[in-house]
Amino acid sequence: MDLALQLLFTGIGIGAVYALVALGFVLIFRATNVVNFAQGEFSMVAAYLMVVAVEAGLPYWAAFIVALLGMALLGVVFNLGVYYPLRHRTYLPVIIATIGASILLANSVLAIYGPQPQVLEGWFETPGIQVGPVYLDSQYLLIIGVTICLVIFNFWFFEKTLLGKKLQATSQDKEMASLLGISVSTMIMITFIYSAVLGGLAGILVAPVLFVSIQMGSTIALKAFAATIIGGFGDVTGAIIGGLALGVIETFGAAYISVPYKDGFAFLVLIAFLIFRPQGIFGERVAEKA
Amino acid sequence: MSAPSDNMPIPAQAIHSKPLLVRHLPYFIGAAILVVLAANMNFDGYVHNILLQATTFAIAVFGLSVVLGLCGQINLAQAAFFGLGAYAVGIGTTDLQVSFWLCLIGGCVISLLAGALLGASTLRLGGHYLAMVTISFQQIVTLVMINAIWLTHGPDGVSNIRRPDLFQSSQSYLAFCVAMLAIVGYLVWHLSDTKLGRAMRAVRDNELAAGVNGIDVFRTKIYAFALCALLGGLAGGLFAGGFAYVSPDQFSFAESIVFLTMSLLGGVASPIGSAIGTGLLILIPEWLRFLKSVPGLYLAIYGLFVILIIRFMPDGIWGFVADAFTRWRAKIKTPPASAALQLKPATVGGDIVLEVTGLSKYFGGLKAVDGVDIAVKRGGVHALIGPNGSGKTTTLNVLSGLYVATAGKIVLDGTDITHMPPHQRTASGLGRTFQNIRLFRSMTALENVEIGAERPGNTMVGKGDDALTERAMEALTFVGLGSRANELISSFSYGHQRLIEIARALASNPTLLLLDEPAAGLNSTEKLELHELLKRIAAQGLTILIIDHDMTLVSEAAQHITVLNFGRRIADGESMAVLRHPDVVSAYLGSE
Repeated sequence: MDLALQLLFTGIGIGAVYALVALGFVLIFRATNVVNFAQGEFSMVAAYLMVVAVEAGLPYWAAFIVALLGMALLGVVFNLGVYYPLRHRTYLPVIIATIGASILLANSVLAIYGPQPQVLEGWFETPGIQVGPVYLDSQYLLIIGVTICLVIFNFWFFEKTLLGKKLQATSQDKEMASLLGISVSTMIMITFIYSAVLGGLAGILVAPVLFVSIQMGSTIALKAFAATIIGGFGDVTGAIIGGLALGVIETFGAAYISVPYKDGFAFLVLIAFLIFRPQGIFGERVAEKA
Repeated sequence: MSAPSDNMPIPAQAIHSKPLLVRHLPYFIGAAILVVLAANMNFDGYVHNILLQATTFAIAVFGLSVVLGLCGQINLAQAAFFGLGAYAVGIGTTDLQVSFWLCLIGGCVISLLAGALLGASTLRLGGHYLAMVTISFQQIVTLVMINAIWLTHGPDGVSNIRRPDLFQSSQSYLAFCVAMLAIVGYLVWHLSDTKLGRAMRAVRDNELAAGVNGIDVFRTKIYAFALCALLGGLAGGLFAGGFAYVSPDQFSFAESIVFLTMSLLGGVASPIGSAIGTGLLILIPEWLRFLKSVPGLYLAIYGLFVILIIRFMPDGIWGFVADAFTRWRAKIKTPPASAALQLKPATVGGDIVLEVTGLSKYFGGLKAVDGVDIAVKRGGVHALIGPNGSGKTTTLNVLSGLYVATAGKIVLDGTDITHMPPHQRTASGLGRTFQNIRLFRSMTALENVEIGAERPGNTMVGKGDDALTERAMEALTFVGLGSRANELISSFSYGHQRLIEIARALASNPTLLLLDEPAAGLNSTEKLELHELLKRIAAQGLTILIIDHDMTLVSEAAQHITVLNFGRRIADGESMAVLRHPDVVSAYLGSE
C-alpha cells in the first residue's frame, strides 16, 4: 500500500510533464489543424539550453529565463521556417516537415553536444520531504505545482483575456477571424511561441528527474501524443487528464510488470483506446477535415 | 429491356493494339541485362555491399511509394517492417535451422499481418493518428529487438545468417536481389493503372469523392498499408541474407526516416522516383563519409533535407521530370473517337426509384431535416428546392451516406440503403455530384471518369481496362470534353470541371443521379449548356434528383418538385402547381 501511494505520487509527477507537452500539442493543433511532431524536441532543446546556461555560471533562475527566451525564439524560427511556408498545403506535407524538423533539432544537438547524457541539478537544495509513508521528492512537487498554476493560467488566458479570445477565434475559423480584423499570422506566431515555451518548461522541469539526453524529446512527445488521444484529441482538459493517467499507468506498469518495456505501456494503452474509444475520454469524434 | 449485349460498346482495338507484356518488353529486357551484369561483373567487396544495400533498400522504399505516393497515407515504421523480415530470416536460418525460402515467406507474412493489424486499428482515423501510431510501433519493435534476448540475441544481433543454396556466392545473390527488385518494381509501377491503384489515388486526392464513387476507402487504405509492410518485410529478408548479420540499430526509427527521405527525394509517386532517391541517398553519404565522423550531423542533414524537399520540390526529382512529360504527352496524344454513351439504369423495383420516408437528421438539438418524405418517379427529373438553410444539402448528404440518418428509411430501387456506407450505396446504383467540385486533382479527366465507370455493379462496362477506358471516353464525349480527355484537371475551367464531375457519375451508369446545385457558379452560357445536357440525360431515361437555386433551370427541367423549409417538407407535387403554392411563395418571398 505504501509502495502504491509512492508510485501514485511519482506517476502524477511524470504525468504532469506529459500533460504540459500534450497541452502544447493541443494548442498548435487547434490553431493550425496540424500536429507538431517536433513538440517533444522543444523540451529536449530547452533542457540542453538550461544545462549550457548553468554550466556557463548563471544562477539557476537566470538560466531558467535565458532558456525560456531561447525557446520563444525557437518558436518564431520554427513557425517561419517549417509551418508558415506550408500553411496552404494539406496536413501531410506539414507533418512530414515537422518530422524533418524534429530529426534536425535532435541531431543538431547531438552533433554539437555529443551523445553523453547530461545531469541538471534540481531547483531546490532540499531533496524532498517525508509525509507519512510517502517520500515527496521536491522536484516532483515543483512539477505538479507548476502544472496546476499553468492550467489555471491557461483557463484565465483563453477565457478571460481579449488576446486569448482572438486566439480561440483564429483556431475556430481563420477566414472569419481575419475578416474581423484579427491578424491570423500573428495569432499563429503567438501560438507557436507559447507552445515552444510550454514544451520548454516541461523539459526544464523534468530534466533533473531524468537524464538530459537526445532521446528525451521523442520519448516525451510519444507519451504526450498518446495522452492527447486518451484524453480526447484537441481537448485541453482531456490532454491534462490523459497525461496524468498515462504517467500513473506507466509508473505502475514499470513497478509491477516490467521495467525494460516501460515505454511500451503507453503504446498498448494508445492502441486499446484507438480500437475501443477513438474519441478519447472527453473528445468528440474527430475526422480529418475534408 | 433488351439484352445487355445490344448496348455493349465494341471494345476499341485502337487504344491498346499490343498486349501488355509486349509493350512492356523493353523493361524486362533492361532488367534481364542488369541481372546478367550483376551476376557476372566482379565487384570488390565494398562496391558489392553498396549495391546490395541499394537494391534491398529500394524494395522497402517501393513500399512507401505505394502507401505514401499512391494512397497518401504515412508510414513512419518502414524500418520496423524491414526489421521483422530481416529477423525472420536471421533467427529462422540460424537458431531454428529452417530453409531460407520459408523464412523469407514467413517474414513477409509476419510483416503483412502486422501492417494490416496496425492499419485496421488506425486507418479509420485521421492521418495524424497514423503517424504517431507508426512511430509507437517502431519504438515497440526496437524495444523487443533489444530486450527479448532469448529470441533476438538482444543488442548483439544475429550473425552467420545463411543464404539459399542456389545463391551461395555473393555474385549470384546480388543478381537474385536485382531480379527481385525488377519484379517488384514492375508490379508497383503497374499498380497505379489497376483498379486498386486507381482507388488508392482517388483516396489520396479526395476521400469523400472516392467514397461516393463506390470505393471502400478504409479497405483501400488497409491494402496499401499492408502492401507497404509486405514489401518492407521482403526487403528486410533479402537484406539479412545478403549481409549475414542483423542488429537492432539497423532497424531503428532513424532508418525509417532514411527510408522516408529516400522516397521523398526521388519522388513519392513512382517506383522510378524511389529507385532514384534510394540510389542517391546511399551514394551521397558514401561520398560524404566525413560527415559520419560527427555523430548526429549526418541525420541532422537528412532532417533539413526533408524540410527543404517538402517546401521546394514536393513531387521529388522524378515527379518534376514526369510532370513535364505528362503535360507534353497530353498535348500530342489525341484520344480516339468513341461510340455514343448509353445509359441503361438497372430496374428492380417498381415505378418509384427512390422512396424516402420520415427522414430525419438532427445535429444535437438542431433538426436540420425533420420527417421528410420524398418519392422520386422512374425516368423523371425531380427537384428538391428550398431557401438557404432549409436542409436540402443535408438531405442529399444523408441520401448519399455522408451523414447517418437520425431516423427514417431510404429505399433505392427496392433496396433498403438506410444503413449502408457511401461506397455500398454507389454500388446499389446511386451517383452524385458535389456543390463544391470534388475531383481527383492529380489525375487526368479520363482517369477521373474511369474511377466512376469502375463502380461495382456497373453492368455497362465489359471486362478489362480497354472496356473501362472506352466507357469513360463515351461519358466524356457525352458532356462534350472527349477531345481533352488526357489533360490534367487543373487545366479545365470551373464549368468544365463540373461537366467532368457529371461525366464521372454518368460513366457509372447510375440508377439515380443526385445533382447538388449543378448550376452554382456557372455563367449564363454554361447554364444553358448544362440545361441542354440535363435534357439529353433525361431523354435516355435516367432518373435525376436535382437541388438548385436557379428557378428557371428547376422549373424547366423538373416535372416534379419537393420544397423544404426549416427541415420540413412544405410542398410536393407537379412543378407549376408547387411553384404557385402559397406556402412556397411565402417561404421564398416572405409572407405578407
